[in-house]
Amino acid sequence: MEDFIQHLINGVSLGSIYALIALGYTMVYGILQLINFAHSEVYMLGAFAAYYTAIGLGRALGADLEPGIVFFGIVLIVAMAACGVAGLTIERFAYRPLRQAPKLNTLITAIGVSLFLQYTGQVIFGADPKSFPTVLEDRSLVSSGGIDLRLFDVTILLTGVAFMSGLHYLIHRTKTGKAMRAVSTNRQVASLMGINTDKIISMTFLIGSSLAGVGSVLVGMKYPQIDPLMGLFFGLKAFVAAVLGGIGNLAGAVLGGIIMGLSEEMVVAYLSSTYRDALAFGLLIVILVFRPAGLLGKWQTEKV
Amino acid sequence: MTDAAPSPQTRFRRSFLAPTATFAVLLALGGILDRTANGYTQLIFLFMFVNMILALSLNLVNGFTGQFSLGHAGFMAVGAYVSGYLSVLTMGVGARLMFLPQPFEFLNFPIFAVAGGLAAAAAGYLVGLPSLRLRGDYLAIVTLGFGEIIRVVLLNTKAVGGARGMPGVPAPGELVVGDYVFSPFFMNYLWAAFWLTTTFFVLWRLVRSTHGRGFQSVREDEIAAEAMGVNTTKMKVQAFVISSFFAGLAGAVFASATKYLNPSTFQFTKSVDAIIMVVLGGMGSLTGSVIAAIIVTMLPEFVLRPLQEYTGVDLRMVIYSLLLIIFMISRPQGIFGKAEVTDLFKRLTKARGKDGRTSA
Repeated sequence: MEDFIQHLINGVSLGSIYALIALGYTMVYGILQLINFAHSEVYMLGAFAAYYTAIGLGRALGADLEPGIVFFGIVLIVAMAACGVAGLTIERFAYRPLRQAPKLNTLITAIGVSLFLQYTGQVIFGADPKSFPTVLEDRSLVSSGGIDLRLFDVTILLTGVAFMSGLHYLIHRTKTGKAMRAVSTNRQVASLMGINTDKIISMTFLIGSSLAGVGSVLVGMKYPQIDPLMGLFFGLKAFVAAVLGGIGNLAGAVLGGIIMGLSEEMVVAYLSSTYRDALAFGLLIVILVFRPAGLLGKWQTEKV
Repeated sequence: MTDAAPSPQTRFRRSFLAPTATFAVLLALGGILDRTANGYTQLIFLFMFVNMILALSLNLVNGFTGQFSLGHAGFMAVGAYVSGYLSVLTMGVGARLMFLPQPFEFLNFPIFAVAGGLAAAAAGYLVGLPSLRLRGDYLAIVTLGFGEIIRVVLLNTKAVGGARGMPGVPAPGELVVGDYVFSPFFMNYLWAAFWLTTTFFVLWRLVRSTHGRGFQSVREDEIAAEAMGVNTTKMKVQAFVISSFFAGLAGAVFASATKYLNPSTFQFTKSVDAIIMVVLGGMGSLTGSVIAAIIVTMLPEFVLRPLQEYTGVDLRMVIYSLLLIIFMISRPQGIFGKAEVTDLFKRLTKARGKDGRTSA
């Protein structure tokens, strides 16, 4: 039983990271009906931005720098900014020229961008994994009867919840959010109502990508190894999480992320770790075959 | 292609003469390679054939039927492993089973390759049936998922070596004519060329048949096709199964060419390779796929490898992916679009006009 609760904690903490990244997929899909394959590479870039910032700060400040909440905050902001810029750039130069093109072309372009970043990353950062520096000291907060509540898990959960509530506020309570919802409902009509759709789409990429930046720092903290291909599988799983919850649906992405994290933790704990990657896709196939719109999504019939 | 009933001569030319001539030309090239080229170059040529078959097969789904499959490597893996495993059982070192005795031993491989193809087709049916109800992006993701699942299953199957892979896949059985024994390379080449010719002409004829028109109607407008009485799901599943069969053949040729199989060969990137070839050549152009496969195989070996030796970094995939993006933005229809190379000949020989297909 203690084991189970421990796995539950780990699963939820992993799940909230998936959720943060799944949000980026789901936002872009909601607004452009595009699977942004490059999102996982944006997340990878975030991790490297965080890595180099932490190393650079460590070198500049030396012993004055202590791992702690301030350090964590700085790294987080840098990673978010880097991801935001990366997302904007990708949207501007790869996706915007294809706005009118068939969806398939944009999808292939997205795969192209993703591969380009992966391999350019390998050339620039080197293909070997790097160990992420300590930006926050992990310690046990509550420990009783075999259950260990650690600072990392609490930080991850709190950060995740904070950013998700922020996003919720932004989407449902601000003018920009309203515009985003309008564009995702019908881009043409939205632009007739005086919304600058290109600007809103850029905004979506900026926000979605910076959430990936948050995710990347949290992953770097908890699983302190980063490499240029780290986004590949993590991104795919986050995407599966988005589909699981119903792609285009923000609450669905969070729910999907948590389910994903929990089930992965449980499979590794009680079955075998070799099936970890197959699990994601197994889940995906089951959900798409039986409930193609996802858990919270609405299925729309295609109109002529 | 609008002429109603082709004359017997035309029919003979289409169904017999053209494939035989192609095969003969390929064999002649193989003979030259066998005598002059080193083992490395020979292997590159075999890979080129594998890529051609793979690209052609994927083009049926992605190009002609308009469905986006991202898991083609999975079907290739099924074909490779089935054919490779059967070869190891019957012809490998210390094999205890015997399939066909010596004078006919050379026929082992094509039979195993067909078995591999059929297994891949069966896998394609299992994958296609539930997933082809989905459209566009969803289908892309499900096929990607299945491709990965096939790989994970192979990774966990002890009989085929799991993560360590399966070494010692033998070359196709020997062919002895009189005193002359053909070299293992030539046998590999022979069957690779044979399957390439088969794939190309079967697909060539298929996409021009009633069924092929059905596939293309699904691509052009699924709803309209359905309204005209085309069973779109059935069409999609058929295209998928046929495509998987040929991907399995590509896998079989690959297995006997490399002599070693590992699940990591058949990762997502392999599927992407196939897509790059199809997109580059033009979705809906078979000759385009062949030419793109030549480019994609030869470019890294003869242009990018020297470049890599010069600069010291592997820029192959960087250039590939950049090419893909630039192509998608500037020439989304690929090199040939839906046209075939033969259309160019026609345009040169015939006076302008009439042939509606080239202008499409």
